[in-house]
Amino acid sequence: MRNLWIFLSRYNAFFFLIIFLVAGIVLTVKNNAYQRSITLNSTNAVVGGAYERLNIVKRYLNLGMVNDSLARENALLKTELLALRTVDSAKDVTVKDTTLQVQYTYLPAKVIKNSFTLRNNIITINKGRLDGLQPDMAVISPGQGVIGLIRDVSDHLATVRSLLHKDTRISVAIKKNNALGSLVWGDRNFDIRKAFVTDIPNHVKMVVGDTIITSGAGEFPVGIPVGRVRKTNISTGDNFLAAEVTLFNDFSNLQYVYVIKNKYAREQKLLEQNSKTDE
Amino acid sequence: MNSRVVIINIVRWLLLFFVQIFLLRNLGFYNLSTPFIYVLFVLALPFGMPNLLLYLLAFGTGIAMDAFYDTLGVHATACAVLAFVRISFISVTVNRDGFDEPEPSLSAMGFKWFGLYALLCIFFHHLVVFFLEAFRLSELGYTLGRCLVSCIFTLFLVLLAQFIFYKRKSR
Repeated sequence: MRNLWIFLSRYNAFFFLIIFLVAGIVLTVKNNAYQRSITLNSTNAVVGGAYERLNIVKRYLNLGMVNDSLARENALLKTELLALRTVDSAKDVTVKDTTLQVQYTYLPAKVIKNSFTLRNNIITINKGRLDGLQPDMAVISPGQGVIGLIRDVSDHLATVRSLLHKDTRISVAIKKNNALGSLVWGDRNFDIRKAFVTDIPNHVKMVVGDTIITSGAGEFPVGIPVGRVRKTNISTGDNFLAAEVTLFNDFSNLQYVYVIKNKYAREQKLLEQNSKTDE
Repeated sequence: MNSRVVIINIVRWLLLFFVQIFLLRNLGFYNLSTPFIYVLFVLALPFGMPNLLLYLLAFGTGIAMDAFYDTLGVHATACAVLAFVRISFISVTVNRDGFDEPEPSLSAMGFKWFGLYALLCIFFHHLVVFFLEAFRLSELGYTLGRCLVSCIFTLFLVLLAQFIFYKRKSR
């Protein structure tokens, strides 16, 4: 022990250098967007390429399941089409052209790298800046359920901060009475089928089995089904309630996701920023 | 360390800080050469200083610079490297037991010693600054070029400052 002290104190300049150097570099990479994007992109170029190759194999293994989900979605769309066709056109209706007013457009993307075992999970998808992706866009799964928000984009790839991440909060509502809450994965929760809705006002009545949908505040369009309430009225010690939710989507076998482009996202952000400065 | 030395160093820090932020920050040679004269503060700290204090002062100066350059961490890291180079150089070249002079300066140590000392310290400092700023090796030549040209500029300014405050002594 004494020798160790002598050793440390003799070369103290060097050890101080290591300490301060590490502190400085951590500060640099953490606080400067450019350096962070460089480190992220270089890892993405290498790691992303490797995962893409691995994914070719995995895609075949999951082909059956993906086929099923696509067939299901096809069936759903066909039913809707049929419903639209059977509208009685003989009636006097005014047609409103809404094609130019579509606020949300969906962009399909393939999952290159999935992650669901960590505390903070990041998913990599194969669409990037050149496809029009920007940070904070909403990502949903093709069936039902939300996935997360775009975190960083490079030219051809993007990372998604999954719902299974401690910083992700998604504004949701209870379908039957539109009471707002926010969806989080929750602390000390490692079950990927389970999440929590927090910040529900105390007076709201809910029962097990209620459907949770997105509220439309934030990046997600309104009404995307998220999950079903499994346990209600978890008291959190303050004026709000929490509920445990079973998620509709399974994060463990993600193959394709939809990125939602909100046409007015920038406008909304700008507007809200302006009103924030007034406060 | 008596209070006079402390006050001199504080005044020097403020002076260099203002010159760096309000004058040299707006000065550039075709975006190629940007002088960082504030390193003179770390260069001119007294000899008998504990290493930890030296590192803390250097790191703090770097952070203060970063705050104005919007590059949190870059100058702080460079200053830590600068402190290491300074300690190594002094421990190799100066007799450890009796420091004849209170602080490294041109007037006290002579042109040859101070020139080499300043050159080495400035070179490593600038190397770290420019490489952390570029953060990639693909522009190696350009970054090195910028580093060298800036080095010459800074060295010139440091020597200039030393000549201006040259203390005529019985050498």
